[in-house]
Amino acid sequence: MTQPLLSVRDLHVNFGTGEGDVQAVRGVSFDIGRGETLAIVGESGSGKSVTASAIMRLNFGADVRVSGSALFEGQDILAMSEEEVRLKRGSDIAMIFQDPLTALNPFYTVGNQIAEAYAIHHHGTSKKELRDLVLDSISKVGIPEPLKRINQYPHEFSGGMRQRIVIAMALINRPKLLIADEPTTALDVTVQAQILELISAMQEEHGSAVILITHDLGVVAEVTKRVLVMYAGRLVEVASVEDVFSSPTHPYTRGLLNSVRSLDSERHSHLEPIPGTPPSLIDLPSGCPFHSRCLYAASLNGRCSTEVPELKAVGNSFSACHLPTAELLSLVKAAQ
Amino acid sequence: MTNTNEAVRYMFYFVARRTFFAVVLLFVVSVFTFWIFSALPADPAALTCGKNCRPEVIEANRVRLGYDKPFIEQYGSYMKGIFAGRTYGEDESGIHCSAPSLGYSYDRHECVSSLVAKTLPVTVSIAVGAFVLWMFFGIALGTLAALRRGKWPDHLATVFSVVGISFPSFFLGLLSVLIFVIWTNILPFPHYVGISENPMKWFTALILPWFVLALLSASTYIRLTRNGILEVMNEEFVRLGIAKGLPRKKLIVKYVLRAALTPIATIAGIDLAFLLGGAIVTESVFNLPGLGKLTIAAVVNSDLPILVATTLVSAVFIVIANAFVDIMYGFLDPRVRSK
Repeated sequence: MTQPLLSVRDLHVNFGTGEGDVQAVRGVSFDIGRGETLAIVGESGSGKSVTASAIMRLNFGADVRVSGSALFEGQDILAMSEEEVRLKRGSDIAMIFQDPLTALNPFYTVGNQIAEAYAIHHHGTSKKELRDLVLDSISKVGIPEPLKRINQYPHEFSGGMRQRIVIAMALINRPKLLIADEPTTALDVTVQAQILELISAMQEEHGSAVILITHDLGVVAEVTKRVLVMYAGRLVEVASVEDVFSSPTHPYTRGLLNSVRSLDSERHSHLEPIPGTPPSLIDLPSGCPFHSRCLYAASLNGRCSTEVPELKAVGNSFSACHLPTAELLSLVKAAQ
Repeated sequence: MTNTNEAVRYMFYFVARRTFFAVVLLFVVSVFTFWIFSALPADPAALTCGKNCRPEVIEANRVRLGYDKPFIEQYGSYMKGIFAGRTYGEDESGIHCSAPSLGYSYDRHECVSSLVAKTLPVTVSIAVGAFVLWMFFGIALGTLAALRRGKWPDHLATVFSVVGISFPSFFLGLLSVLIFVIWTNILPFPHYVGISENPMKWFTALILPWFVLALLSASTYIRLTRNGILEVMNEEFVRLGIAKGLPRKKLIVKYVLRAALTPIATIAGIDLAFLLGGAIVTESVFNLPGLGKLTIAAVVNSDLPILVATTLVSAVFIVIANAFVDIMYGFLDPRVRSK
């Protein structure tokens, strides 16, 4: 078996706050192969962004505790020295941020910032070479008039254009892994599709693996093959994108899909929101984090509130639910 | 490249516009200052001679100094005097003050402009020295405190700024004279000498006032710098800088300090201008013959021409500093330029 590009095992991230520890990520494990695309979905506070930052070791601060391992090409990023991680950042692993309006440094021209991303990891590149590279990279992400644009400052660009620049910057070193943390959330709907297309096209050209973090199931359907669903810091379902949409196994995933309107749903049909609110990450309930909102928890005689469910195979998917596999499968059938 | 030309042209308009507004503001400020002093209940002519002055002398001085004319005319001849010089009285006993004339002090029998010319270098020496010290210590300690947040440099900076903010300058001034001059004799008693006369004496007379003034302002700048840096550290673009793999030193200098210090530079400009108007308390404590001491003496003696002049001089400093800071900001922050 070939070694996966990145292999995350039992990742935990805790933030110390005055009111107690926030357990943002609790025991997340997954693999991603070279060139593969993986989506992590979940609502805000589910720990998806924290997982992504942990892979790049971007959660800094004295009160953050990270445990577990993240093997990148066999080396554990979480155990590396700060300097070793720095050399990986931007070269082997790059990141696209959520809000392109705040992600670029307002004091320098975009050309300067893209060139910098390359120069950090390639010492002694000549100015001429750098300039050509930058011009090439920003015309590739579809920015017209690159000659004029490289001398402009971030505030002179629209949101979509800035996100293109962030993408150009992330891809200039041909990273093996690209982490896109809600890359389209801050953009107009029309621009969203363009940016997703661009990421896909760039991924094909460079052969990068992509971890796409999003709360938007529409985005997931468009670009990924495999989906991790997170809830309250844990993985609750791992499945192919087709299975997530056609036969979601975990009650939470099903609830998530029922709360979104799809094109073929009846025009006046009601959306079914999930009852209740996500648990506080400081004061987590025992057992399954979803049990207080779950319709099936009552049928299992309190097992859901005492025992944490592990991921198990259900059909083609993996699901962290105490319901017997047969019952989950029949629920899936019934929903179809 | 056309782009650079465009930027230069843009900068030119920016500077021209700010300068124009500064001139307009100076005009308004001068009218206003002049009007306030002419509206005071005190009769400037009566103040020109002592308590038992004869009314004829007062009236003669009133005519000679132009206080009998309407306000607009008084303002007009004052402004003209600034650019062309002015002679008070018409006979051979007339007193001539050459340009820039800021009035005549009967109390001191001297042209105000020559009084200002004598005292201004003292104030500039105090202000610039203190400014350099406080900017250096304020930014250095503030940066250190932010980068070692919660560790001992941070606590030290906090103690330093609490001391600086809570002690009044006259107390710190007297305390420093007591310690360094009277108890330990490290320094001679401050006696101001011009820098061209004797640089060493100039330096020893000013070192205590510099530190006292610097300590006060440095406290504020430590906090401004520390908070500014901590705020910028949370910015998304700094996170992106880290995600790019920037070395820490470069990240701090190019990303964090650049963004955190830009607003501080503008506050510093105004603070310096304020100090150039005269450090009244410090100059009095250390017996330095600067603009502040001139002003205080004029207040005590009701010497109106001097008060008008020192107020105008301070106002000019503030207006110029404001314009300068605006223009500087345009250079430092590309977002301001395009507005």
